[in-house]
Amino acid sequence: MSQAIMQFAPVFPEIFVLAMVSLILVIDAAVDDSKRYLAYVLSLATLAGAAVLTLHGFSSMPALALHGLFIDDPLSDVLKLFLYLTVAVVLVYSRDYLRLRGLYKGEFFALTLFALLGMMVMVSASHFLTLYLGLELLALSLYAMVALQRDSRVATEAAMKYFVLGALASGMLLYGMSMVYGVTGSLGLGDMAIALQDGTDLHIPLVFGIVFIVAGLAFKLGVVPFHMWLPDVYEGAPSAMTLFIGSAPKIAAFAFVVRILGQGLESQMVDWRDMLVILSVLSMALGNIAAIAQTNLKRMLAYSTIAHMGFMLLGILAGSPNGYGSAMFYVLVYVLMSLGAFGMILLLSRAGFEADRLDDFKGLNRRSPWLAFMMLLLMFSLAGIPPTVGFYAKLSVLQAVIGIDYVWLAVAAVMFSLIGAFYYLRIVKLMYFDAPHDMAPIMASPDTRVVMSVNGLAILALGILPQPLMAVCVHAIHASF
Amino acid sequence: MLNNLLTLVIWVPILAGAVVLATGSDRNAVLARWLALAGALLGLIVAIPLATGFDSTTSAMQFVEKTPWIPAFNIHYHLGIDGISMPLILLNSFITVLVIIAGWQVIQDRVAQYMAAFLIMSGLINGVFAALDGILFYVFFEAMLIPLYLIIGVWGGPNRVYAALKFFLYTLLGSFLMLVSMIYLYFQSGGSFDILTWHGTVLGMTAQTLMFFAFLLAFGVKVPMLPVHTWLPDAHVEAPTGGSVVLAAITLKVGAYGFLRFILPILPDASHELAWVVIMLSLIAVVYIGLVALVQADMKKLIAYSSVAHMGFVTLGFFLFNPLGAEGGLVQMVSHGFVSAALFLCIGVMYDRLHSRQIKDYGGLASRMPVFAAFFMLFAMANSGLPATSGFVGEFMVIMASSQVNFWYALVIATTLITGASYTLWMYKRVVFGAITNPHVEEMTDVNAREILLLGVLAVLVLGMGVYPKPLTDVMHVSVVDLLAHVAQSKLP
Repeated sequence: MSQAIMQFAPVFPEIFVLAMVSLILVIDAAVDDSKRYLAYVLSLATLAGAAVLTLHGFSSMPALALHGLFIDDPLSDVLKLFLYLTVAVVLVYSRDYLRLRGLYKGEFFALTLFALLGMMVMVSASHFLTLYLGLELLALSLYAMVALQRDSRVATEAAMKYFVLGALASGMLLYGMSMVYGVTGSLGLGDMAIALQDGTDLHIPLVFGIVFIVAGLAFKLGVVPFHMWLPDVYEGAPSAMTLFIGSAPKIAAFAFVVRILGQGLESQMVDWRDMLVILSVLSMALGNIAAIAQTNLKRMLAYSTIAHMGFMLLGILAGSPNGYGSAMFYVLVYVLMSLGAFGMILLLSRAGFEADRLDDFKGLNRRSPWLAFMMLLLMFSLAGIPPTVGFYAKLSVLQAVIGIDYVWLAVAAVMFSLIGAFYYLRIVKLMYFDAPHDMAPIMASPDTRVVMSVNGLAILALGILPQPLMAVCVHAIHASF
Repeated sequence: MLNNLLTLVIWVPILAGAVVLATGSDRNAVLARWLALAGALLGLIVAIPLATGFDSTTSAMQFVEKTPWIPAFNIHYHLGIDGISMPLILLNSFITVLVIIAGWQVIQDRVAQYMAAFLIMSGLINGVFAALDGILFYVFFEAMLIPLYLIIGVWGGPNRVYAALKFFLYTLLGSFLMLVSMIYLYFQSGGSFDILTWHGTVLGMTAQTLMFFAFLLAFGVKVPMLPVHTWLPDAHVEAPTGGSVVLAAITLKVGAYGFLRFILPILPDASHELAWVVIMLSLIAVVYIGLVALVQADMKKLIAYSSVAHMGFVTLGFFLFNPLGAEGGLVQMVSHGFVSAALFLCIGVMYDRLHSRQIKDYGGLASRMPVFAAFFMLFAMANSGLPATSGFVGEFMVIMASSQVNFWYALVIATTLITGASYTLWMYKRVVFGAITNPHVEEMTDVNAREILLLGVLAVLVLGMGVYPKPLTDVMHVSVVDLLAHVAQSKLP
């Protein structure tokens, strides 16, 4: 292949996804409703193709491309593979749900894949410009996805909230980036790190910029006090969209935070560490306490997300490859659990009925012992009880925190987890101890049941043998830093 | 095969539980029961070579297995037993068989899930006693909460949800702090989760004190010790018979075992410094909880409080720092395992017939159920510490040991011989003797062959241990002496 083409090699997966989205849009416009599955099959094929390209171009060393705008390192490759997997699971879980609600259209697939493209750019960005580009591509796709159910008032309201607050956050992020650019004279993360290595006499403007960047990141992650959009959006959006928003973007957000704070601004760790400590403690406190009062499962899981993101920040604020590795493990495990929990809502829903209230889970053990067992594993994993993988996620993060001598922070974290255990146990209680008030048969199709079983059993299997996933995270981080 | 005995002891019941679970709905209840019994017996059979092949002349860990499990954190699948843990593994495997038989007819709803929960829990508890890696221990320690939570919540009495949740959150509170302490120890010991390495780790007094309270909470909740014991009566009253038996006979021992494996050897200086806390709490538990037991109207609650008082003996014995006391505590643990299991089974026998646990609903049982009354008498005597029963041996050793340390400890602790006898025998009198006042008692039938088998085996063990406890103390002796020698050395930097 010619030299000119080879310089684009690291971007092949992105180019492929973009080409396929365009193709899907064209094909979908040409076919009628009976052939809608074409878009579904093509989307899954896109993910498979992108996975092959990413695996094929797997790099063991960080390599810059496109004049330093784009980086291809083990971290980005591993995260991209998990992104494909997550999006594929989302597509499988949401298919029946969307079809029954008249949302099974080409737009959904196009928006999902555009969002995926945005996330891929985010995890591979090594420059403020590409970071922002990826973030906005993701965010705009998500705003539209939430609003896709046009005749639903709550969904429209959620989309508006999401858009207004998201735009505000983007503005803050841009403002912070401009301050940092003013101090370092560079937008590339690598150059920035070099410029800051020997200290700077413009410390105040730099910290000022970091504050705005951290606030913007906190908005995107949904951590307290920048969390207000999250419960409303999770509750208001159609459940399939909530499943998507609650899973894959967390991986991208993790990469985003690690790239900016861990790679670009690593030398300023003393400045951002304390900010993250506050964000993290507040998130764990508010998320876990507010979740207790919820009667809607989607809203409860929204608060649980806030708490979990706070926990994940513990790994990042440790500020070492070890800590980033633990945060990466945490976020991947969280996405696995989140997929299962929201997926279960989709599985139990049927035409004209949303299984998103806590009471809808009453007596699930009588209706379907197997699905109840899967949900039991998911809930104990979210609560961090061994032998589920959620425990090892907590263990690795706590270890990172105690490693930097923040024992009090670890104690605070476990105390909030204890509060959190209450509402996860309540779901188990509803499923196992209470009698069902709805004996309608569960309509889930066989393939979604299989995926859900794999999802649930993965929680248990990784809980018994967590080493492979941990090793992948540790390796990816160490090879990229 | 013989090199992996401990792995078998842990995984045979768990896999058997998974198989039982696979039989599914109650249409296959008969199959589920027989499979469960086969699994429990197999679990007991693989545990027996641990006793026959045990070398009681050494305090080193035996039947050791060690393979890397999570190399990223230097965590190993490290198993091994000494004279302290071996009897407890046997006790657990044995009680599991009894529990499966005890639930044979009583449990008619979701049989497979019930049996599987007990089998899986049995394997996990064996794991707790055999684990020599901190995280491995923690995983088993926490995981056993899940089946127990379900057992209480699904098959329990009217207030079961409250009891199950209280039980779970109480124990979780302690164990989370223990987890933080374990990670701290990991860094202090230079990156190791090996419990035996921790035994030699140098620790400052502040760290020792803080960790002492963290571990004390974790294990104290399980024992349970005085201020954090309130989950136990609730959990017992609401749990099905099998759940109560396992709670009293096994899970309480997990807490006491933690004292010997973690607190004493890892934190010797804090243990000496703060022994008075544990001793005071134990003495208060023995006296005060004994009086609380006296006024209970519910038989299960009465036995539950009596368990708290008896476990006070165990913790007191451990913190006297002499071999007689520690061995007395261990003997008391095993004995209490048999006696409390037997008493809860007796209450189960009565409950299955009359569906009441209230003392006032009974009376005059002796004329209707003479065989049962005889068994019940034996176990009531054992619970009040009558010589020639197992209950006497442990209590006597602890009283002797405390009189060597401090006369007043001995005086206070010996009052249990009065209170223990009072609450147990008074209950016995009201239930078994007197005239029949409740017409339903007239219709009660005596124990059947299955129940005679259960109670008979326990009766033999209670009497055997009471008359000739030497085999048990021989097994423990070397390990206990070595442990106390270790505790006598300061680990301050």
